Amino acid sequence: MEQAACWRPSADLSTLRLRAELLAQIRGFFAERNVLEVETPALSAAAITDPQLASFGTLYSGPGPRYGQTLYLHTSPEFPMKRLLAAGSGCIYQIARVFRDGEAGRRHNPEFTLLEWYRLGFDHHRLMAEVAELVTALLTGRTALAEPERLSYRELFQRFLGLDPYRSCAPELAACARSQLIPIPPGMPVAELDPWLDLLLTHRIEPLLGQGRLSFVYDYPVSQAALARLRPGDPPVGERFELYLNGVELANGFHELGDAAEQRRRFERENAKRLALGLPAMPADEHLLAALESGLPDCAGVALGLDRLVMLAAGKTSLQEVMAFPVDSA
Amino acid sequence: MATYSTNEFKSGLKIMLDGDPYAIVENEFVKPGKGQAFNRVKVRNLKTGRVIERTFKSGDTAEGADVVDVELQYLYNDGEYWHFMDPQSYEQLTADAAAVTDAAKWLKEEALCQVTLWNGVPLNVAAPNFVIVTIVETDPGLRGDTSGGGGKPATLETGAVVRVPLFVQSGEVIKVDTRTGEYVSRVKE
Repeated sequence: MEQAACWRPSADLSTLRLRAELLAQIRGFFAERNVLEVETPALSAAAITDPQLASFGTLYSGPGPRYGQTLYLHTSPEFPMKRLLAAGSGCIYQIARVFRDGEAGRRHNPEFTLLEWYRLGFDHHRLMAEVAELVTALLTGRTALAEPERLSYRELFQRFLGLDPYRSCAPELAACARSQLIPIPPGMPVAELDPWLDLLLTHRIEPLLGQGRLSFVYDYPVSQAALARLRPGDPPVGERFELYLNGVELANGFHELGDAAEQRRRFERENAKRLALGLPAMPADEHLLAALESGLPDCAGVALGLDRLVMLAAGKTSLQEVMAFPVDSA
Repeated sequence: MATYSTNEFKSGLKIMLDGDPYAIVENEFVKPGKGQAFNRVKVRNLKTGRVIERTFKSGDTAEGADVVDVELQYLYNDGEYWHFMDPQSYEQLTADAAAVTDAAKWLKEEALCQVTLWNGVPLNVAAPNFVIVTIVETDPGLRGDTSGGGGKPATLETGAVVRVPLFVQSGEVIKVDTRTGEYVSRVKE
């Protein structure tokens, strides 16, 4: 009975046509700029080590050297795309279906589409300008946009909460959360800063970010640099950025880390953290490390959530309205 | 009682928070671009009815609350407690004023009520949506007035006072909507 009722797509057909139009426009945008479209495997023997990302594993039982191995569905095409860059591909982009376990809600689906691209010789600021150009072109005539704005992570917290994220200790961040009337989750850490910063960000900043305009947040704490290169200074920062529009996080980009030794240390640190959290360590991508060793050209890269972009272009409020068959009916 | 991961949260799920039973009203998964994911939930306290917000780190757990809704037959009030019976098992249960609250004025012997049990004890009693009750006292209105406008107060056998049309008299049986406290119609016995 219930099965019969939900065979239909949850997105209406006009939204699916809009999705196709946006995809065509994106391919046109990159063709004009001589950025090459590529495809990389969704299944890999290596997986992301980030403790906040969960990969789906699947058992390969076919012939060949991977016989009997667990292969992981990628959470983003980043690592193989960097192998292409190191092999001399030049600027590349990919429209990839990616998979993340444990993520579902109005703005999350365990499989979704990423538009990911890499630009040689760009730093994160120059890439932000190109992201703004693409997103503005895609949304023009579909939703009104004021001039884009850029805020550093530090300015963001100063503007919205009046605190400096680099000069506050965990008890101060906790006091701020309480004064903001945020319900404090059980089991928050005593000394670690990032979970408190994430709590403040998700509850009191993100919903207000990018109202009617593209808001870029850039230069993140070193502990949140992910795959970005670090820039020394006081404080040192990770050259990473995020894009928000109408309270929705749309894209994450890096001035890419090219240092193989540093990349290996980050994999090891993340796996140690996974073990401390009771999560399994994941097989680090040795192919990526070897590619970095041989030399990644100086570049910046970004991954943009295509389903969320369609959602904003269509004036919808949930991914279920723009995906033909979200996980509940897949 | 079972524990539930935030991944099992959905509206209607009953969980324990600070020693009280709550029902989840709304559950939203939020995650910054990179970093800690949270479940922001709105929960209703099943004792007080108050709705509050709570946040969990995604993947954490909450203890389930042993809360079930059952249909019980109202027996009598002994001055302090209200006594009910399970029509299947004939087991008798006692509810206090905190559980019965406003339903008290609608309770007529033998009426079937929806009762919420927490650890087997009545937590909340809901009167039936409609009750058929006898008027014990109302001013004698003008006979023949069928205008329906105005109306007058009438005291019912259960203790509630409702407004009835002027033509309705003491001793008559009427149907009342307990959710609004409004007179619906006369009932011919």
